[in-house]
Amino acid sequence: MAGLMAAGFGLYTHAVVRGIPVSLAKEALRSSQAEVDLSEARREHEVYVEVLRTRLGLEVLELPADESLPDCVFVEDAAVVCGDTALITRPGAESRWRETEAMKGALKSLNLNIVEMTDENATLDGGDVLFTGREFFVGLSKRTNQKGAEILADAFKDYAVSTVPVLEGLHLKSFCSMGGPGLIVIGSSEPAQKTLKIMQQMSDHRYDKLTVPDDYAANCIYMNLPNKGHVLLHCTAEQYPESAKVFEKLQDYMLIPMSNLEKVKVDGALTCCSVLINKRANI
Amino acid sequence: MTTEAGSETEVKEKPEESPAEPDQSEKPLEETQEVANAKDEEAIEKVKEKDGKEGKGISRFLPTWLKKQKSQSQTSPTKEVPPTEEEDSKVTQEKQEPAPEVNGHAEEEEETEEVKTEQVKEQEAESHSNASADTEPAKEERAEESTEKSPEDSKEATEGEKAEKEDKQVEAERQAEEGQTSIFQSPLRLVRKNKMKLVVCHVTLLDGTEFTCEVEKRAKGQYLFFKVCEHLNLLEKDYFGLSYTDSHEQKCWLDPTKEIKRQIRSNNWQFGFSVKFYPPDPSLLTEDITRYLLCLQLREDVASGRLPCSFVTHALLSSYTLQAEFGDHEPDQARPLDFISQLNIAPSQNKEMEEKILELHKSHKGMTPAQADTQFLENAKKLSMYGVDLHHAKDSEGVDIMLGVCANGLLVYKDRLRVNRFAWPKILKISYKRNNFYIKIRPGETEQFESTVGFKLQNHRSAKRLWKVCVENHSFFRLSAPEPPTKARFLTLGSKFRYSGRTQSQTRMASSLIDRPAPNFERTSSKRISRSLDGAPMISITDASNENGREPHMELHSDSKQQQQPLGASEPGLSQDHDKTQEEVLKHQASISQLKRSFMEAPPPSPPKVNQWENRLTSSPATMRIQQQQVGSVPPTETTTADNTIPDTKEPEKTTEVEIEETIVIQEVSRASKPGPVLVAAVLPAEPPAEGESRECRVRSEEKVAVVEEAQPKRQESISSESESDEEAEYHPNVTVSFCHTQIPEEKEEDEEEEQEKIEKDMRKEEDSSVPDSSEQTKAEEQPREAEPKAERKTSEGVCQADDSVSDPMMTPDKALNGHALPDEAVVTPAEKEEEPKVNGEASVVEAQLCPQVICCSEPPVVKTEMVTISDTFAAQKTEIATKEVPIVHTETKTITYEAAELDGNSDKEPGVLMTAQTITSESLCTTTTTHITKTLKGGLSETRIEKRIVITGDCDIDHDQALAQAIKEAKEQHPDMSVTRVVVHKETELAEEEED
Repeated sequence: MAGLMAAGFGLYTHAVVRGIPVSLAKEALRSSQAEVDLSEARREHEVYVEVLRTRLGLEVLELPADESLPDCVFVEDAAVVCGDTALITRPGAESRWRETEAMKGALKSLNLNIVEMTDENATLDGGDVLFTGREFFVGLSKRTNQKGAEILADAFKDYAVSTVPVLEGLHLKSFCSMGGPGLIVIGSSEPAQKTLKIMQQMSDHRYDKLTVPDDYAANCIYMNLPNKGHVLLHCTAEQYPESAKVFEKLQDYMLIPMSNLEKVKVDGALTCCSVLINKRANI
Repeated sequence: MTTEAGSETEVKEKPEESPAEPDQSEKPLEETQEVANAKDEEAIEKVKEKDGKEGKGISRFLPTWLKKQKSQSQTSPTKEVPPTEEEDSKVTQEKQEPAPEVNGHAEEEEETEEVKTEQVKEQEAESHSNASADTEPAKEERAEESTEKSPEDSKEATEGEKAEKEDKQVEAERQAEEGQTSIFQSPLRLVRKNKMKLVVCHVTLLDGTEFTCEVEKRAKGQYLFFKVCEHLNLLEKDYFGLSYTDSHEQKCWLDPTKEIKRQIRSNNWQFGFSVKFYPPDPSLLTEDITRYLLCLQLREDVASGRLPCSFVTHALLSSYTLQAEFGDHEPDQARPLDFISQLNIAPSQNKEMEEKILELHKSHKGMTPAQADTQFLENAKKLSMYGVDLHHAKDSEGVDIMLGVCANGLLVYKDRLRVNRFAWPKILKISYKRNNFYIKIRPGETEQFESTVGFKLQNHRSAKRLWKVCVENHSFFRLSAPEPPTKARFLTLGSKFRYSGRTQSQTRMASSLIDRPAPNFERTSSKRISRSLDGAPMISITDASNENGREPHMELHSDSKQQQQPLGASEPGLSQDHDKTQEEVLKHQASISQLKRSFMEAPPPSPPKVNQWENRLTSSPATMRIQQQQVGSVPPTETTTADNTIPDTKEPEKTTEVEIEETIVIQEVSRASKPGPVLVAAVLPAEPPAEGESRECRVRSEEKVAVVEEAQPKRQESISSESESDEEAEYHPNVTVSFCHTQIPEEKEEDEEEEQEKIEKDMRKEEDSSVPDSSEQTKAEEQPREAEPKAERKTSEGVCQADDSVSDPMMTPDKALNGHALPDEAVVTPAEKEEEPKVNGEASVVEAQLCPQVICCSEPPVVKTEMVTISDTFAAQKTEIATKEVPIVHTETKTITYEAAELDGNSDKEPGVLMTAQTITSESLCTTTTTHITKTLKGGLSETRIEKRIVITGDCDIDHDQALAQAIKEAKEQHPDMSVTRVVVHKETELAEEEED
C-alpha cells in the first residue's frame, strides 16, 4: 500500500493565503480571552508567507484581507483541495461564510474543479478535514457536521471518508496533522489520543504516529517538494520546547520552525493559514 | 471403539437395502467430499470414472472390514460415547448420508442450552462429524423450506424448539432406518448414475455475452461453474462465482456444493458470472486473462455506479480501457468517441468526460493491453469502495446504514461516510438470528468485555445472506484454508454454511503453479486478441509469467511464504501434471480439514515443513465455547460465550483434572503393516503411554515434548454468560484467525509499526485467556507467546469435551492431564522445528489439525478416554492423479497435556506488561529444544514464564517416558525456583504407505 500514498503526497505547487485584517485583534473568534498583538501577528504571517514563497518556492496567491471578516486569514477553513478538485466549504461560524467568496475566485483562477457546498444544513471547516494521502478523516466538531462531511465524501469519491469525533479543541487539526506519508502527528492529550485510536480503527491503512506533548504543536505542515525532500513546518522551541524536541529528532527532514505565538491566541494553527495546491501539468 | 459394531451394522444393512452396491458403503461420503473439495474441473470431470474405480481407491488395499470402519470413524470423529446399539445405527446413517437434515433444522432451530438426551447429543455429534462441506441438498431444502415456513416472528421459541427437536430425532431415526436409501439421494450419484434430464443454463458473462450449456438437472453449482471457467479458459477461478436472482429479486451466490436446482427454486436457469472476491492486489494475479476479467467486472462496477470514483479517476480508468481495447490513440482514426460510448464507460458520459478520456488515452501510447489492464487495476484498487459488498441495514437506533463486507472486515457507512469499521481480527463471532445480524467484538485494550453489535436487516433472508457473505469473505481473505463446516458444535444448531472454496492464499499458491502459456483471449468489445499486441504469441512459460514483471513464485513469497514451502517447494518446476498435484494437495488438505482429524498426507518430496505446534492447537468454535464454562480449572479459555454450553456442565471444580486423550489413527491398519501416519505420543511420567501399538508400525516417529514452566499459571475465566442459544447461525472467525499471521505476511510488516501496542495486547491475551487469539498480527518474537494461550485453550477444550462424554475418570491431585488428540502432520524435521512456531508453511494443513477431537470425561476430575480415528484416505485418493507415486502417509497423533491446578492468585485478567520475551533454540542430533522466556509485569508482580519445546526426532523407537522424564528433570534443575505447570506431550508417527496403483 505504500505506493498508494507515496504517489505525490505532500507535493504542492501553489498556496493560497490571505492577509490579516485589523479586526482580527478584537473580533476574531477565539476560545480564550487573550489579547492579540496585531503587528506581531502580521509579522509572523509575513514570515510564514515568505517561507512558502521564497524558501519553498511555491507560487503564492495572496488574497487581500477583508476587515469585515476578522478570521479571514485562516483560509484553510474555506476550502478543501485534493487533486484537481476544490470543495468550497460552508464554515461552521456564520461570521465566516463570506470568506469563501474570495477563496472560490482564487481557486477558480487555478483551474480547479470547484464543488460548492450549498446545502444549508451542512457546515464544514477545512480545519476539521485531515487528508492522509489515502483517505479523509473529518472531525465532527462545533464547526463541522455530518452533512458537511457527506458532501465532502461526495466531492472526493475516490477516497474513504470517515468521521471521527472531536472531543476537545476547536478542530480536528487542532491536535493532529500529517507529518509525512503515513505519519500522523498527534497531541498527547487524552482526547487527542482517543481520536487517534478511532482513526486507526476506522482505517484500512496503517499509520505511524508521532506524539508530541502539546496538542497545538501537533499541527504542522508537511510537504514533499522536488529537490527539497521532506519538509516540515512546525512549532518553535520557544513556543513548545518539549514538542519542538520531538520534531527535531526527525531524520531526513528539512525542519522549519515557525513562530505562531499570536495567531494561536485566536485558535490559528500553522495549517490554518494556507490552502496548499498541487497543480501539475498532468494527473 | 464404536467402530466395530457400527460397521457390522452397516454391513448388514447394505445388502438388504442396496443390494446393487454391496461394497460401497462409504462411497457416498467419499464422493461428496470429493466434490466438495474438487477445486478444478478435472476432479469433477473425473468423477464419473472415479465412481467406478474410486470406490476402490483406498479401499482397494484395505480389507473390507477396515474400510468400513474407517469411513465410519471419519464421519464420526467426535464420538466419544461408548458404543451403543443406537449409536451404531446412527453411525451407519451418518455415514451414508451426510446428515444435512440436522443442519437444515438447525437453521431454524432455536436451540436450547440443555442437552435433552443422549440421543440429541449423538445427533449433534453426527452433524458435526459430518465433515464434508457437501450436504444433502434434498434435506437441506426441506430444512430451508421449513425455515421459510416457520414464522420468523414466532416468539414461542421453546415450544417450537422442543417440537422441532423431537421432530429431528424422529427424523434421524427414520433415516437411520432408511440409511441406505439415502445413498440414492446423493446428488452426485444421481447425476452420474441415473440419466437425469438435462437443463439448459444461461450464464451471462462479464463481457455481456451469454454462455449456454446443458447440465444435468441435479448438477451442483460447481459443475456449472467449472463449465463456465472452462469456457473462459480461466484457471484462477476462485475469485469468481456464479450468481442467480432469487424470487425476491435478490442476487445470491450459487453455492457450489449444492444442487443448482435446489437453490434457484424456479425454472429460471439464468446465472451471472462475476467477481466474488476482489483481489486486494490484482498485480498478484498470475494470468492476464484473470486480470482482464477483473477489469471487465470493474468497468461494469464503475459504469453502474457501484464503484464510485471521481471524475478524473473515471476518465483515467476509461482511458486505460480504451488503450486495452483499441490500442494506441490514432489521430486519423475514426472518432474513438464512438468507442467510448460503445464501451458504456461512464454512467454520465458527457463531452467533458470524453475529451478527458481522449486526452489521457493519448498518453498511454505503446501500452499493451495487458499493461493497460494492469494500470487500470492499479488505479481501481485504490478506490475506497473497491471490493466492498454493501448491504442495507439499520443500526440499533433504527438509522439507515450500509454494511460493507470486504477483504479487511466489515465497514459501516452512514450515507457515504464511514462511521465504523470492524477488522476481521476484531471480530470474534458473526451470527444472525431472524433479521438481526450480530458481530461480537473483541475487547479493546482498555475494555474488559467483548461487546456485541447488532444490526437489523430487512428480513431474515438478507440477514442470512449478509452472514454468508461475511463467512465467505473472512474465510477467503483471512484463512489459510477453509474452515471445515462446523463439526463440533455441541449445541449449536444452525446453518452449517461455510466457505467451501479455496482461500486466497490457497488460490495464490495454486495459481503460482499455473504453468501454461498465457492463453489468447479475445477482448470482446474490440475483438482484439489480447496476445497479439504483446509481441510474443509463443511465449514460453517463463516469459509469460514474467510479463507482468513477476514470477509465479514470487507471489508466494510475498504472500504466503509458509504455505508455499510445503506445497510449492515440494514440487518445483512442474508442468501440468504437477499442477494437478498441487491441486490435489490442496483438495486433499481441504478434505483433511474437513475431517478435522487424523491426517494422511502425501509426504512432500522435500523435507517437511515447519511443524507448527501452536497452530495445531487451535480449536474449533464449538468446543471452545463449551470449554470455558465447564472447565474451571483449566487456565485459558476463550471468552466466547457460553451460548450453547450446557448449563449443568458448569462445574467449576478447581481441582485438577487429568485427562488423557489419544487419537489413534488407523491403528489396525498400521498393524496390518499399513504404514499409517502415526503421530503420536503421549508420554506421561505418571501414566504409561497407551499408544503401544502404533509404535510398532511407526516408520518414523517424532515426538515433541513440550514442557511449560510458569512461575505463575494463568487462569482463565469465562466471562461471557450470555446465552445466544437461539441464534440461527454463527461463525467464529477467531478460531482460525490465528493462522492469519502466517498467512498474511504483508500485514505483518505493517504491524511492526505498532509493535508496542501489540505487545501489550498480546500480553493481555496471555493473561486473560478469555481473549482468543486473534490474528492481530504479532511480531515474530511475540509469536511464541501467543502460542501458549492457544495451546491451553485447546487443552481446555479437551476437558470440556470430556465432560460431555463420560469416560472413566482418574484422579490426579496436582496435575491436570489433558489429553487431546492433536492431529498433526506426520512429517516434521528437527530443522524445521527450530524455526519459530508461527512460521508455518502449512497453514492449510494446520487448519486441518485444529480440531481437537477429544474425548473426554467429566465430573471426575480425571478422565481417560480413548478415541480411535481412522484417517481418511479418500482425500488423497480422490485427487487420484499424482498420488500414485507418492506414498501416502498416515499420521497418528497423540497429545497429552498435564496441567497443574491453577493458582487462584492470578486470576485477575488484568493485562500484564511484557517485559522481555526471548526464544532460544538449541539443537542436537535428534532433539531440538526451543525455549521461550517471557517476562511480564502484572500488577506489580513480574512473572516469568518459560516454555520449552523439545522435539525429539528419530527413526527408531524412542523411549518416550524417559525422554519426558529427562526433560522435566532438566527443566526443574535449570529453574529450581519455578514450577512446572503444564506438560504437553505430542507424539507423531508417520507411516509411509505405498499406494498400490
